[in-house]
Amino acid sequence: MLDWLTILTLRASVITVLVSVGLILVGLAVGQRVDMLPVQASINAPVYDELFRVLFSIGTMLFLGICGLLVYSLVRFRRQPEDFGDGAAIEGNLPLEIVWTAIPAVVVLFVGLYSYNIYERMGGMAPLADHSVMHAMPASDPGSDDRVWGGISTISGETADLTVDVTALQFAFIFHYPEGNITTGELHVPEGERVELRMKANDVIHAFWVPQFRIKQDIIPGQPTVLTFTANRPGTYPIICAELCGPYHGGMRTSVVVHDRGAFDQWLTKNTPPVA
Amino acid sequence: MESTSELPVSLIPNHGSWLRYLSFSLDHKVVGIQYLVTGFLFYLVGGALAGMIRTELATPISDYLSREVYNEVLTMHGTIMIFLWIVPVVNGAFGNYLIPFYVGARDMAFPRLNAVAFWMIPPAGLLLIASFFIGGASQSGWTAYPPLSLRTPALGQLIWIFSVLLLGGSSILGGINFIVTILKLRRPGLKMMQLPMYCWAMLGTSILVVLSTPVLAGTLVMLAFDIVAHTGFFNPAIGGNAVVYQHLFWFYSHPAVYIMVLPAFGLVSEILPVHARKPLFGYTTMVYSILAIVFLGLIVWAHHMFTSGTPPWMRLFFTIATSFIAVPTGIKFFNWLATLWGGKIALNSSMLFACAFIVNFVLGGITGVALAQVPFDIHVHDTYFVVAHFHYIVYGGTVFIIFSSIYHWYPKITGRMLNEPLGIIHFVFTFVGFNLCFGPQHWLGMNGMPRRVSEYDPQFTLMNQISSVGALLMALSTLPFLINVFHSAWHGRVAGDNPWRALTPEWLTSSPPPVENWKGQAPHVEHPYGYGLVETNP
Repeated sequence: MLDWLTILTLRASVITVLVSVGLILVGLAVGQRVDMLPVQASINAPVYDELFRVLFSIGTMLFLGICGLLVYSLVRFRRQPEDFGDGAAIEGNLPLEIVWTAIPAVVVLFVGLYSYNIYERMGGMAPLADHSVMHAMPASDPGSDDRVWGGISTISGETADLTVDVTALQFAFIFHYPEGNITTGELHVPEGERVELRMKANDVIHAFWVPQFRIKQDIIPGQPTVLTFTANRPGTYPIICAELCGPYHGGMRTSVVVHDRGAFDQWLTKNTPPVA
Repeated sequence: MESTSELPVSLIPNHGSWLRYLSFSLDHKVVGIQYLVTGFLFYLVGGALAGMIRTELATPISDYLSREVYNEVLTMHGTIMIFLWIVPVVNGAFGNYLIPFYVGARDMAFPRLNAVAFWMIPPAGLLLIASFFIGGASQSGWTAYPPLSLRTPALGQLIWIFSVLLLGGSSILGGINFIVTILKLRRPGLKMMQLPMYCWAMLGTSILVVLSTPVLAGTLVMLAFDIVAHTGFFNPAIGGNAVVYQHLFWFYSHPAVYIMVLPAFGLVSEILPVHARKPLFGYTTMVYSILAIVFLGLIVWAHHMFTSGTPPWMRLFFTIATSFIAVPTGIKFFNWLATLWGGKIALNSSMLFACAFIVNFVLGGITGVALAQVPFDIHVHDTYFVVAHFHYIVYGGTVFIIFSSIYHWYPKITGRMLNEPLGIIHFVFTFVGFNLCFGPQHWLGMNGMPRRVSEYDPQFTLMNQISSVGALLMALSTLPFLINVFHSAWHGRVAGDNPWRALTPEWLTSSPPPVENWKGQAPHVEHPYGYGLVETNP
């Protein structure tokens, strides 16, 4: 009798371990193969996609595990016709409940630490320093200096190679290049160089989103924001307004053109207005 | 003597006639059904609006509705589904119907307050719908972010504010009533830890309602002042701060997710043990996880604002707090699975919806933990990925449980059973339609389709059309349901008092129950989940 019980318990443990290992392997395999995101066109994008793959792996394991358990229970423990009895009167099991408190806690802790690491690699913690430094400085013009650093910058602690002033309005983006005094409706940036967007809005809240760069930042009236990125793949990508801004919100889009350095310089010289 | 209040039959207007459902009734069961039917009517309106959205999005160009009307439709769809369907039904309808039974009382603590709370809903809803026809409804989304909400047509925005204030007021009155009923109206000798889980869920929900709804009310009053009196709380043009509105708004509106989801957690905890013939697994940890969700639910609001210029320390705090909600939620899901394990499961319509809820909500929970991570959220915030995520939570989660609950309690409410084959057809259409509609939206969001747009890049056409077909299936799924509900009311199999052989107190009386809930004394139920422990009659 006791031997039977030991064998059954042992068999259950072996099956549990095998199923868990199988789930982990399937999750990892699926996560490595998943290809659901647009092309990577900034140095942010590969870091983002690495996070996505890890989250997708963990999600696959949890989803398949829970759904598998559910479907197995529904089949294995279905009521037989004419059976009006009750199931096993088990009201709880403290060790088991501790285990499944620990599982999500460990997963969440891992995801949190890992995403913090990703956030740091994207340069997310750098703006905090810049922000406090700016506040420590004596305020000169509150309108222009009280900027909030948003989005995620791509490399921390470096100054920008190119600065562009962005004005968002219903229903367009206007880009102004202080270097060359160019005003345009289409953003042009050089490949591999750090670009800083200084963004403001005068009417309602808009948002600057380039899916291929994996970055987004709201543009908020009365609260200028800054977004930095480094594009690394020449081409033309959409700039999309992501915050409901009125009837033509869906039409508020333009393009960012990533040039190699030579082509960008050409574009800059061609479009610089002649000094009168 | 019992301490529960006796309610003279003479106080119930039109007692016994269907007209009592149109009256200022003090009977908690009548009020519950009033909430349920009213909520469902508004669900049909909100669903029609969703159908208009999916029709517009069947093609990449903006061609079906004018752009202004499209924004009115999406605003009203969200507002109606949240404030007039889900919140009133999972709280008001099932709360009013079930809580007095569960605490062993003859009615709610404040029956008149209860009737007042219900009767605030129809005028608020009608006002909202009427705003379409008098100068246009609100166009600023259910979030009504200023400065957009200060610049869209003022009349529609003000009617929206007034309606939401009425609905919030109704919600607060209901919340106070539930708290007092659960804490003070329990049958003598009935301990808190003997209450059915739905009572704990409603206690937690009501605490959230009472703590957070007044913040929304205050915020909307300030917004109204900005519109009519040109004050500058949220208007940056005259020194206001638009982001402060977002903090105040989400201080209510994130807990609102739990106001929609916690009661569903409670309802599914009632349904699974009955049809699996097993005690609810881990009662105590279930109670503590509800309380943990209530606490954490109050400190996660800024995860809706990761792109609103929030400083990094704030982003990290809200990432951590939000992620940790997965722990108590995970406990509940594992406990439900353990409840099924080793049971004798009857896979009827109610159980199909309840089990599909687990599948849908797990997927919504996984995308939720992903969205809590700042670097992940930055890319998909305000896209169709978020639309998919929250529909998996509020539709795949809560609405599936509303249907599961209707199949479960309809025999008690009407005395007749719902038709099972029709129920299964309803389930299949809903489940397939729901996943077709919202599954592809994850991909759309990740690949570049923002929320709240009436036009999109043509590369997204196929996925949007799949989504629209799913929406059509969801619309069709209401037909077998409606036929079932009406046909069964007159011709359904007679249910008897306790067709599921359940142990909770509402089944220990006739179907439908008498005005005073039980002839004679309220039963003393020490083991509401004592399957296999207590004798149940076959």
